Parts: sequence; structure tokens; C-alpha cells
Amino acid sequence: MSLSFQDLILTLHHYWGAQGCVILQPYDMEMGAGTFHPATVLRSLGPDPWCAAYVQPCRRPTDGRYGENPNRLGHYYQYQVVLKPSPDDLQQLYLGSLTEIGIDPLKHDIRFVEDDWESPTLGAWGLGWEVWCDGMEVTQFTYFQQVGGFECRPVTGELTYGLERLAMYIQGVDNVFDLKFNDAGVSYGDVFLENEREMSTYNFEVADTEALFDLFRKAAAECERCLEAKLPIPAYEQAIKASHLFNTLQARGVISVAERQAYIGRVRDLAKAACGAWLGRAA
Amino acid sequence: MADFLLELLSEEIPARMQAKARNELARLFAECAAAAGLETGAIDVHSTPRRLVLIAHDVAEQTEAAREEIKGPRASAPSQALDGFLRKTGLSREQIEDRDGVLFAVVERPGRAADDVIAEAVKRVVAEFAWPKSMRWGSGSLRWVRPLQGIVAMLGEEIVPVEIGGICSGATTVGHRFHHPGPITIGGAADYAEKLRACHVIVDQNERERLIREGAAAAATEAGLTLLEDEGLVVENAGLTEWPVPLLGRFDPEFLDVPREVIVLTMRTNQKDFACTNDEGLLAPAFVCVANVSATDGGAAIGQGNARVLAARLADARFFWEQDLKVPLEEQAKKLDGIVFHEKLGTVADKVERVAKLARWLVEEGIVKGADADQVERAARLAKADLVTGMVGEFPELQGVIGGYLADAQGEPKAVADAIRDHYRPVGQGEQAPAAAVTVAVALADKLDSLVGFFQFGEKPTGSKDPFALRRAALGILSIIIDNELRVSMRDLITKAAHAGGANAGRDIATFLIERLKVQQREAGIRHDMIDAVVAVETGGDNVRMVLRVQALQSFVETGDGADLLVAYKRAANILKKEDWVGPQVMSSAEEQGIPQTGEEDPLVLVEEPGLKEAIAEMASGHAGADLPQEKALIGALDAAEPKASAAVEAEDFTGAMAALASLRKPIDAFFDHVTVNDPDSAKRERRLNLLMRFRDAVNCVADFSKIEG
Repeated sequence: MSLSFQDLILTLHHYWGAQGCVILQPYDMEMGAGTFHPATVLRSLGPDPWCAAYVQPCRRPTDGRYGENPNRLGHYYQYQVVLKPSPDDLQQLYLGSLTEIGIDPLKHDIRFVEDDWESPTLGAWGLGWEVWCDGMEVTQFTYFQQVGGFECRPVTGELTYGLERLAMYIQGVDNVFDLKFNDAGVSYGDVFLENEREMSTYNFEVADTEALFDLFRKAAAECERCLEAKLPIPAYEQAIKASHLFNTLQARGVISVAERQAYIGRVRDLAKAACGAWLGRAA
Repeated sequence: MADFLLELLSEEIPARMQAKARNELARLFAECAAAAGLETGAIDVHSTPRRLVLIAHDVAEQTEAAREEIKGPRASAPSQALDGFLRKTGLSREQIEDRDGVLFAVVERPGRAADDVIAEAVKRVVAEFAWPKSMRWGSGSLRWVRPLQGIVAMLGEEIVPVEIGGICSGATTVGHRFHHPGPITIGGAADYAEKLRACHVIVDQNERERLIREGAAAAATEAGLTLLEDEGLVVENAGLTEWPVPLLGRFDPEFLDVPREVIVLTMRTNQKDFACTNDEGLLAPAFVCVANVSATDGGAAIGQGNARVLAARLADARFFWEQDLKVPLEEQAKKLDGIVFHEKLGTVADKVERVAKLARWLVEEGIVKGADADQVERAARLAKADLVTGMVGEFPELQGVIGGYLADAQGEPKAVADAIRDHYRPVGQGEQAPAAAVTVAVALADKLDSLVGFFQFGEKPTGSKDPFALRRAALGILSIIIDNELRVSMRDLITKAAHAGGANAGRDIATFLIERLKVQQREAGIRHDMIDAVVAVETGGDNVRMVLRVQALQSFVETGDGADLLVAYKRAANILKKEDWVGPQVMSSAEEQGIPQTGEEDPLVLVEEPGLKEAIAEMASGHAGADLPQEKALIGALDAAEPKASAAVEAEDFTGAMAALASLRKPIDAFFDHVTVNDPDSAKRERRLNLLMRFRDAVNCVADFSKIEG
């Protein structure tokens, strides 16, 4: 029997825990990708070794489809693994995790297809691949080169599994809401369908844009106050907050193409400053 | 003599980089070997997703010993000179020879063993390798395209010891990632490829490409279909697999409602799948993917998995397509005022407005014939509307194509839909220019608007930078005009296409177009100097006329008569230049009289005195007092040829004009053979110089032969 959604997570936890990773719980803030978690961004900077694995809920307001699209969600989960310095057998370790969750590499076609990663809002980039399983992208595999505008030395290896997609593949399901969440008859739709509907309505139609703009300004200002107080972690949290507010404003369609770059630049400056402060403290 | 094998094993190298990497590997290694004086035979290079391989055949055992003598300062030179010489040669004073008061250093370079040279070469290759993008990994500082994992370096059967970034060379590598993950020991260059083949790795990319090409075609044939050939996909898949296995899969025929281009592109870009067609050449609901494994279930799970992923992709594409179908292009076009075309050239809506007017004008002026002006304007107004569709948002390369499909589905006339689809054409050099009248008008107007506008606002291409693809636009303009024989002066087009508020860039644009014309005509074997010779006498900028004239000129110059005439012309022109001869010496030069000289005025226009005009004209003709038969013969030939040539030029019978010139060849040769131009008699000299000038000018009426090389 194929793994349920929750068993998929538990299996990965068990596997990466056995590899020496710290198994963290999700960060309690809204963010667009598991990479934003301080356990990835801040810990990838500086000389200290670090290995962690965690699930991170990701919110991408513009991807919401009111629960009507079988493949797209405004809220979904990523499984994130970071290993620093990246071990020489990182690909082997990763492939081991696929076998663990039931993907037989002699029955399926696993490939590493070039895909370089860049996050303009984090001032970060790296080289790597998207990993394909029978033509489907199941993981983003990246060697970080820069984060927050700073060189990564040593280099962090980052694995980001798209949990829903992977589960759909393993369970042979064509609609994300049909995924079995557990083995006791609860589906992904039972847990999240109503959430998708309401959050899509909120993000696209209801969210108070004036208030959001105001919150963006306040988060930016708060970030700068924290930087002055030499508190890189709270400063970085405010940058995450600003980033999510920007994403929500985009979903509401109130940021023009011309303004978009300016907002991204603002968030990047905040994130970079927080990273710089973090590095300064470590030095 | 032994063969050298180098394998650089790494994590997966991007497919698109492998071809260049092979060349780079061969180049760098050959360079290092040559620099060290190590002789090798042929060098073969191969790549797989995980390895770069070099085999150098017949490597010499060592480099030749060399002896070099370096001459130094005189023995009596100051000591600083001696010190400098010792530093330069690395020798001590005792090792320096004194030969008759001059110092000599004799440097002996013993032969170096091949493995020593090779070890150094491998280090240099890795250090200097130029990847489009490279990276660091782990705690090291070595850079490679992806983490480097192993080095096999063997000369004959011996390991060449090298250490790079903590990786030591050896004789072991690994096989296929899943079929044979354990270590394999290589005996040398001779058994490398076969050992790997036994471990499910085909080292040679050409062999993998062939397997994919043939295997994919066979998979389609087996299903009663035909593979849509795509060499780019063959190469890409060969760069993604060490053990390629083409597999056929199917998708729901329902998706075939979506435009064919969209389906093919979805399969190609997102999944790297080949498309198939049926007996009638129509797209079939099937695909061929290339797996990197001989699956234990024969590929059933892989085929199913790929089919599911493709179905999700096609569902997305169909969603966009259905959404786009619901919105009339006319409605979409209204959104174009929200897209900036260029900060100085306004929005796309502004561009559409200009293009619509210009395209309509092209028809109303009779420049583009056979098009309905209203249809042209309609097509121009809808041509850019697909830029705001979901489909083009997903696949920008389908701009135009999607608009054409939507226009057709939404009931626009075929001519309009075709014009929307094809108005970006011709895209590449050598691509046929559109021929349908409505399309011609819109395509020409669109490109003219961009070319003229960008030049007017100072955004012309410089060096290798051409961010707005203006060279392509210019070539497109020329192809459209020449292929469709549009009779229009370039000057009028540029003037009409000018943007309000922009600088006057007419001259720059005209020069740029002439340069592009040379590039374009070079393909057709036309020499650039022929174009210069014609441009000098064609002021109207009618490209069709210009090309006809250039073709006739080149054909003529390539005949014996033409070549001889060119020699005579150059001789005449040289004499005139040497003598500084500017024509009949009746009055002081026009320049001294303050008359502006543009080169086009009739020199006789200001001569008022009755009778004088005729006298000067006669002097210029050379008739007056001609005494030698060769002079008279040339005069007679010119009298006959001049009106023929000008009438032929007028009638665009350029071959006729060249034939008229050809009639001058014999008389001018005879003239040069028998007549002394610089006669002591100044009247004769003057008369003969005038005659040569008449000859030169007669030739120049057809083409400026002074611009012709050789």
C-alpha cells in the first residue's frame, strides 16, 4: 500500500533524522517557500556546519484557484533539507530517500535536469537541478552560492520536495484533494478544501489593500529598527513578513508592473541587511 | 607510444553545455600538450551527463630534449646588466660562456616524461575550463560546472597521478547510476568504452543520439505513427541519458482541440518529448519520451507516469486556450495600453496605432498592391492582442501563432488571421518573407515602426549589442520589399514611419539598411563593392531597382569586357586625378565663385553668353579638333553609347546599360594604346583630358566604377 500524506512526511523525517539532521517544526510565519525559513537562509551563512530537515507550509496567494484546479494550491507543503557543508554523497543520500518512500529507481526514470535557482527577494542564487521522476519534477536540488548577497562558504546543499506532488505520484492520484492524508479515511480535501476556497476569496477579493500597504510599510520600518538594535533574527522575521505582504498585494492586483521591481528591491534590501547583521554577529 | 585516457566524473552536466565542453576539453588539452612540446596523435572527446572524456592517441613517451643559446651583454658591460641576464636565464656566473667578449647562456632542457606533462595538463584543464556557469560545493574552493567526483587518468595501462581539490586520479569509475552504481576498474583507453557499455553507459554521444533518433522513430512506427523529427530534442535527450530508452506513450485525444503548436511546444519544452503524426500528417495523441533506464517492468510505469504528467500540462494549456477563446481579440487589444513597449516609444497600444496607420498608408499609396485597406488596418489593430493572452504568457515564442488561431476561431477573415499569425516574419535570415498582401503591409509597417523609432531615440545597435533585434528588423524589411518587388523609395518609408518628437535619423537608418543589404545580398553571392558602386548613383533608395542594377553590374564586371572596361576606367580616373583635371577651363571654378557644389548641378547652367554654351559643350565632348582616328573613334562610341545607356537606365534595363558600356571597351583600349594624353601641345592635352573625363562620366552614369575593388 502506498504511503499516506502524513506517512510520507514521517518517513522523510525518519530518514533525514537518521542522517544527523535536526528535525525542526514549521516556522510559525507566513512565507512563500521553505527556503525563507531562518534555518535555511540564516544558517546557510557563516562557517558553522548545519543539518536540518523540516516541513514548511508555503503560501502563494496568486497560485490559489478556489480549490477548483486539481494541481494548484495557494497553500501547500514543502519538505526542506539543508546540509552544510554539502556532503560529497548528497545525490546518493537524496536517492536513498526516494527509495525509502517507495520509488524504485530501476522501475522509474529518475533524472537530474538543469535548473538554476534564484530568489530575487533574498538576493540568493545557486546551481543544481530539478529532479524528474517519470517526467515529473519532484524535487529542487540546489547548491547555494550566495544568500543575502553574501558568498556561501562552505556551500549548503538544499533539497526541496514538493510534498503534494510527490504524494500524488506515489498514490497514483490525479487530483490533489483526493490524496489520502492518513490511512483512516481522511483525504487532503477533507483537511484543506474549504481552506483553499476561503483563502482564495480573501486573497483575491477581500483583503484590505490599504491595510496591507500600511502593514508593509510598518514591517519595513520595524525591520530597520531591529537592525539598529543589532537584532538580526527579529529583523529577518520582519523581512519575511514584508515579503508575504507583497505577495498578497500582488494577488490583489494592486501592484503595477513598474512598481513590482521596486517592492522586490525593498524586500531584498531588508533581507540582505538582516543577513549582513547575522553574519556580523557570527564573526 | 601509448594512448591517454582522461575521464572527469561529475554530478549531472547540463545537456546544453556538453557540446561546447567537449570542444573546450580537446582545445585546452591540445594547447597544454603543444606548449610542453608533447606530441600526440588524434584527440577524441566524448560526453555523457556525468562524464567528460578525452582520449589522446599515440602520445610520445617524452618531449624532445632542447638546447637553447641566449645571447647576453658584453663581458665589459656594467654589473647590473650581468645581474639582469643571470636572473633572466636562472644561471650562475660560472655557467655563462664568454665568447670573444660577449656573454652567452646555454640552457639545456632535458626531455620530460609524458606522464609528468600530462599531469600538469590535467590540472590546467580543470583550472582553466570555461563553463558558462560554474560553482563551488562542500568546503572546497574548486570550481566546476557541478561537483567533480572522480578523475580517471591513464597513460597506457598506468595511472597518471594527479590531485585536484582533494580528488586523486585513479583507474576506477562508476557505471550507470542505477544499473551499476558500484566501482569499475578501467584497464586503459582501449577497454574504457566497452567496460562502461557493460555497465549500462554509452560513452559516445553520437551513438546515443543515433539510438534515440532511430529508437524514437521505431517506437512511433510500431504504433502505426510517424515521429515528428526534432534534432534539437535528439541532442538534448542524448545529453540527459547514459542509457537512452525511447518509449511511446499516449494522451487523451480530447486535448487535440488545443492548437498543434501549443501541444508540440508543451511536450518539447516541458517534457522533452517527441510528437507523432498520423497517416494524414495530423498530430496524433501520442508522444515518445526517452528514459535513462531499462526498467524492470519494460517501461510500463515510466510510460504511465509521463502520460500523467503530460496530461496535467495539457490540461493547463487547454485551460488557457479555452479562457483565451472566450475573449475577443478586440477586447484583449484594449489591454495593450498597460504594456510598455519601450520607455521612449510608448505602450504597445501606441505602437499598434502607429502601425495601423502606416500599414493602411502602404496600401493606399499603392506601395503594397492587392490588399484591402480595411483588412490591413484591422489585422494591424489585432496583431499584438495575443500578447495579453494566457497562452502567450505561458509560451511567449507562440506570439502571432496564437493570435492567428484566435482570430480564425473568432470569425476574422482568413487574410486578417493569416496576417496576425505571420506579421513577425521573416524571423531568421533565409526565411521566406510573407507574400500575402495583407500580411506584407502589416509585417512591413511593424518592422519599419520599430527600426525608425529606435534609431530616432538613440537606441541603435552597437557592436554585438542589438537588444531590440533591429538588424533582424532591417533584414526583414529588405526581404519583404525585394521579394515582393515593392516599388518605393526607402527615404519615403523612413519619413512616413518617423515618430513624432524623435530625432532626425534618416541618414543613419539609410546607411544601416545599406549595410544590412550587403549582408543579405552576400548570401546571394553579391559583392559589397558592387552595392557601393550602385548606391553612389541611386539616390532614390528604391531597393528593388538597386538590386536589379547591382546584379546587372556584377554580371557585367565578371565578363571579359567588364573587367577590361574597369581597368580602362581606373586608368582614366587615375590620370584625371593625377592631373587634377576638373573639366573645361573656361571660367574660374564654381567654388571660387561661391556656387555651392552638390555634384548634381549642370555646370553650364550659369553660362549666359550665347554661343559660349555650345562651345564649352563641344569642348567637353572632345569633338573640337580631334585629330587621331582613335580619338574620333572613342568620341563616336561615346556619342552612341551615352544616350543608349541613359535610356536603358531610365527603363531599368540595366543589362542594356551594361551592354552600352561594353561598346566602349575596344575604343578606350585603342585610345590608350595609340594616343598620348599628356601631349606637349596644351590644347591637345586639354582636349584629351576632357575626352577621358567624358568617358569616366559616361561610365559613372551606370555605376560608380571607382567604388569597385580590383
